[in-house]
Amino acid sequence: MSEPTLRIEGLHKRFGELEVLKGVDLAVDDHEVVCLIGASGSGKSTLLRCIDLLEPVDAGRIVIEGLDVTARGVDQNAVRSKIGIVFQSFNLFPHMTVRKNVTLAPRKVLGLSDHDARVRADELLDRFGLEAKAEEYPDRLSGGQQQRVAIVRALAMQPDILLLDEVTSALDPVLVAEVLDAVRELAKQGMTMVIATHEMGFARDIADRVCFLHEGSIVEEGEPAQIFSQPVHLETRTFLDRIIAAGRM
Amino acid sequence: MSYSGGDTYGAPGTPGLDPRAPSPGGGRGSRILGGGEGTRSVWVAVLSTVLFFVVAGLLIVRSPGWSAPGGVRQDFFDAAEFRYSLPRILDKFWRNVLIFCVAEAVVLAFALLLAVMRSLPGPLFAPLRVLATSYTILFRGLPTILVISMLGYGMPALDLQGIPNSPFFWAIVSLVLVYSAYVAEVYRAGIESIHPSQTAAARSLGLTRGQAMRHVILPQAIRRVIPPLMNDFIGLQKDSALVAFLGVTEGLLTAQIISANDFNFTSYTALALVYVLITVPQVLLVDWLIKRDQRQRQAGGVG
Repeated sequence: MSEPTLRIEGLHKRFGELEVLKGVDLAVDDHEVVCLIGASGSGKSTLLRCIDLLEPVDAGRIVIEGLDVTARGVDQNAVRSKIGIVFQSFNLFPHMTVRKNVTLAPRKVLGLSDHDARVRADELLDRFGLEAKAEEYPDRLSGGQQQRVAIVRALAMQPDILLLDEVTSALDPVLVAEVLDAVRELAKQGMTMVIATHEMGFARDIADRVCFLHEGSIVEEGEPAQIFSQPVHLETRTFLDRIIAAGRM
Repeated sequence: MSYSGGDTYGAPGTPGLDPRAPSPGGGRGSRILGGGEGTRSVWVAVLSTVLFFVVAGLLIVRSPGWSAPGGVRQDFFDAAEFRYSLPRILDKFWRNVLIFCVAEAVVLAFALLLAVMRSLPGPLFAPLRVLATSYTILFRGLPTILVISMLGYGMPALDLQGIPNSPFFWAIVSLVLVYSAYVAEVYRAGIESIHPSQTAAARSLGLTRGQAMRHVILPQAIRRVIPPLMNDFIGLQKDSALVAFLGVTEGLLTAQIISANDFNFTSYTALALVYVLITVPQVLLVDWLIKRDQRQRQAGGVG
């Protein structure tokens, strides 16, 4: 079998006294969509932030396209530019128009000309139904639109892998669908993605594989049908029962 | 996401006007007159204000020292003396204008350098952080007049080749040194008010730390600190008068000379008027900027 797009081995991460990740192993193949589920505080967000090198790891390896990005001497900026991440709270740059948000990194990091960056941005904005918003400032957009802009901004760097960190958790319920549809579209086009989510129905639909995180490690992983219908581990069952009781599935 | 969230006017050590004291009851209506509802309260406010100033004015004008020979009216508000001194003061006041314009331009850049140095992370940059921090602590602790005197008298006395020895030059340097310490703190408050998620977003796209600072953090930070920045500049403009102590004939020294020659203080009144005319519009502009920012913050809300 060929080298997976992303391979994580024995990843440990602690914040002071608190060990958030206690030895995570995960491999994600090209064009695969992996959903991370688990309670708040189980380490989903930290795992994604570690993959994008936004947090230094304490132990373990992260290998992307065959390159150990946790090794010394790796150009971390170059690594980050090949990994897209979309945050729960969008984190758009409020002082820039939508188009500037999208073209900034392609211009400054990839060295694209203004014209090329703009063509690339407008094509993506068009694809996500945002062509009319290119000259708007983020604060004037709805949450759903802002999150789609954030997705477009990440895609403009043509990443090898896209990480989505609870991208609908900060959204009004009526706006969730438009963002999830955008993500489905990406999955259909073969984008390799790791998605941390509380939307179980969405995870079941979109994931090739679901990983259940509990207290900093992946305790169970498998196809969505198996995880959601016949979870093996007690913790997985307890978690899913709670979700069902809360009416979220 | 909130664009203009966070307290940005908490810049420590801001001399001059305190931007942390926003207009009481700001928002609707006239804040000066109390902004109550209905025309009746407006009338009451107007009446009591007029009454107050009439009484205060009468008290001054009818005081024994006002109109006596050699009294305050003659000494500070002599029309002929005013006509004589104002053009002479204005003639030298351009030096103050030159001093504070040059100083402000340099302060803007130098203070930014200090603030960015102070925000550099990691053990490698510890020396730069210590340097910038000690600088701002030291120069915020020294009286401006002392720095001006020491540099203004001391540097030319060194008789060094290649450095200017005009007191005018060293006065500008002193103002730059002192005010950069304040303005650096204002910048730093602005930089720290930008949520770390903005840096994370920029870095996640592959931007370097410097690029993230330059394109994402600083543009937002500077926009937020414009009102406190302007306050520091108004302070600097007023402190340009301290240059008189080095014998530079600018506005204040000119007023002093006229006053000493004519045994009359009206020249000070004239100089005060000049300062009021250049600073008050700026003060009003700052107030307006702060108010506008508050309005935007309230209207902007959370996305």
